[in-house]
Amino acid sequence: MRFLLRRLGFYLIALLVAVTINFLIPRMMAGDPVQIMFARFQGRLSPESMESLYQTFGFVRGPLHEQYAAYMSSLLQGNLGISVAFFPVPVAQVIGSALAWTLRLVGLATIISFTGGTLLGVIAAWRRGGFVDTIVLPITGILNSFPYFWLAMLALYIFALHLGWFPLGQAADTDLIQDWSDPVYVMSVIQHMLLPAITIVVTSVGGWLLGMRNNMIGVLAEDYITLAQAKGLPDTRVMLTYAARNAILPSLTGFAMSLGFVLGGALLTEIVFSYPGMGFTLLNAVNTRDYPLMQGIFLIITVAVLVANLIADMAYVMLDPRAR
Amino acid sequence: MERTETTKSTSPAIPLQSRPINLPGRILGAIFPAWLRGILRNRKAALGVSILTAFVLIGIFAPVIAPVNPTRMIGRPHEAPSAEHLLGTTRQGQDVFAQIVHGTRTSLTVGFLTGTVVMVIAIVMGLTAGYLGGWVDEVLSLITNVALIIPSLPLIIVVSRWIERPGPETIVLVLSLVSWAYGARVLRSQTLVLRNADFVAAARVVGEPAWRIILFEILPNMTSLVVSSWIGAVLYAVLTQAALEFIGLGNPNMVTWGTILFWAQNNAALLTNAWWTFIPPGVCIALVGFSLTLINYGIDEITNPRLRTEAGLSPTPVKKRKAARRTEERLSA
Repeated sequence: MRFLLRRLGFYLIALLVAVTINFLIPRMMAGDPVQIMFARFQGRLSPESMESLYQTFGFVRGPLHEQYAAYMSSLLQGNLGISVAFFPVPVAQVIGSALAWTLRLVGLATIISFTGGTLLGVIAAWRRGGFVDTIVLPITGILNSFPYFWLAMLALYIFALHLGWFPLGQAADTDLIQDWSDPVYVMSVIQHMLLPAITIVVTSVGGWLLGMRNNMIGVLAEDYITLAQAKGLPDTRVMLTYAARNAILPSLTGFAMSLGFVLGGALLTEIVFSYPGMGFTLLNAVNTRDYPLMQGIFLIITVAVLVANLIADMAYVMLDPRAR
Repeated sequence: MERTETTKSTSPAIPLQSRPINLPGRILGAIFPAWLRGILRNRKAALGVSILTAFVLIGIFAPVIAPVNPTRMIGRPHEAPSAEHLLGTTRQGQDVFAQIVHGTRTSLTVGFLTGTVVMVIAIVMGLTAGYLGGWVDEVLSLITNVALIIPSLPLIIVVSRWIERPGPETIVLVLSLVSWAYGARVLRSQTLVLRNADFVAAARVVGEPAWRIILFEILPNMTSLVVSSWIGAVLYAVLTQAALEFIGLGNPNMVTWGTILFWAQNNAALLTNAWWTFIPPGVCIALVGFSLTLINYGIDEITNPRLRTEAGLSPTPVKKRKAARRTEERLSA
């Protein structure tokens, strides 16, 4: 419990830092942040609405700490401002729908990649010099050195454009209405999710494989493994419940740490596949200079990563009695 | 004892000029110091170093290899590869081969520069935290962990957009400030191990100041870790730079591998089948990435013999297990 509370405290500090960065970025840049940020709202909003928008981002008259307080209080009310690109939809609402798509895609791909990679790593360490160790491992290593977005581009070019196996982008057929009870729509969503998910899995599985393999090799040298084997326990039992369970702990911490990385990488996948998640929305925001939306997306991705880390910590406590 | 005496007595007898000086060996020794020869003896690392060296040479001699101006229109738009234009032309009629060759320079410079700045920050943060311990460690570790957990790519994208001055310098600056944390963490844990070593204790007793112990006692003893973290940082920088330029946060008027991909995407190269505009830059980035990965695998294997893929070192080698199973079957039969 103490461990979890400590972690919770750490995540709160991290969140505070992220919020502060968000607050400081516009103020540290050359030029007038108010002008840069709100120029595109001019003429589209009434003076009163403009005034409340300034308030939202803490551009109030007064010293920095008062501005900070104003910014924090509007954040605590869940107010992230208004989007330029999707005017006049509030940023929070734009992000809400985008986040759902990203979580579906990235969540699925990450779980497949983590379990698959970890299992392969167990096998690679158990059978040194075997198929996984000498063939699969180097291949994933090579794939890992390719730029993520470029592999996605290539996959799109070959499998969607030339072979026609997958749709060319988007999250579902554009002429279908979003209706989760309609099997046609759900099928279309799954179809559209496959290729981006595969590219994420293929490029990220190698990291899990290598990490788990190296942990396993360390654990396999321990005396209790020899003892378990000497007792005549079946191989699978020694491999999974004796070795893998202990070897997975560092991988799990790595899992938490990599979530930010995965989310970041997925931003690029989404951009290539025009998948309407956080990444694609962020690109839109960058291209249209939608500063409120950009800031909001950064903040929400950070929150998502912190929450995912907290969940990973809980899993850690469950797996490792020493952490309790 | 006997031996030294013989050399002593014989050496004046040999005239100075005819003394066998192993000149080629000496030159080789100067070019390839012992540590490099050690790395090159590892097959993976040797392959990585060769690929990387090839790209560095391409970058240095870019104007010689491809004298064509990479930004000038020298042909029709989207010409397929031919003898005249080895890798065809872009939508703007620029020579793709020239762009690739000239792009090597910027892409590698940004990669290595960023990697180096990242390592300097990581060394300062990691070693200071690890060696000094106490509240300094608490504070520095907190900063490091926070920097580690905040998702970097969105932050980099947001900051780059605000800076409004796209270009390699901005990318180096932003990438360095955001991506040092991983290295710092790795180096800190290694420092924690080394600070209790006898030679560090000895240096402390002699009265060496902390910064001297950190820089001259501890740092040289984790060279392989520093080098592999540095290579990792360079790899990350090369890939992230390409990604940033690809989504339009670089300077689109400069020729780098990332901007070639940016223009390819913007000119719908995928849909018009102009594969020569987006395959080569990706392959180049991948080759550089692959070479760096190989070097790191090599260093890993050299410094951690346990990881070598050799059946003999495995706790339960496949061959032995198979043989055991066979004898077991024979016995039971």
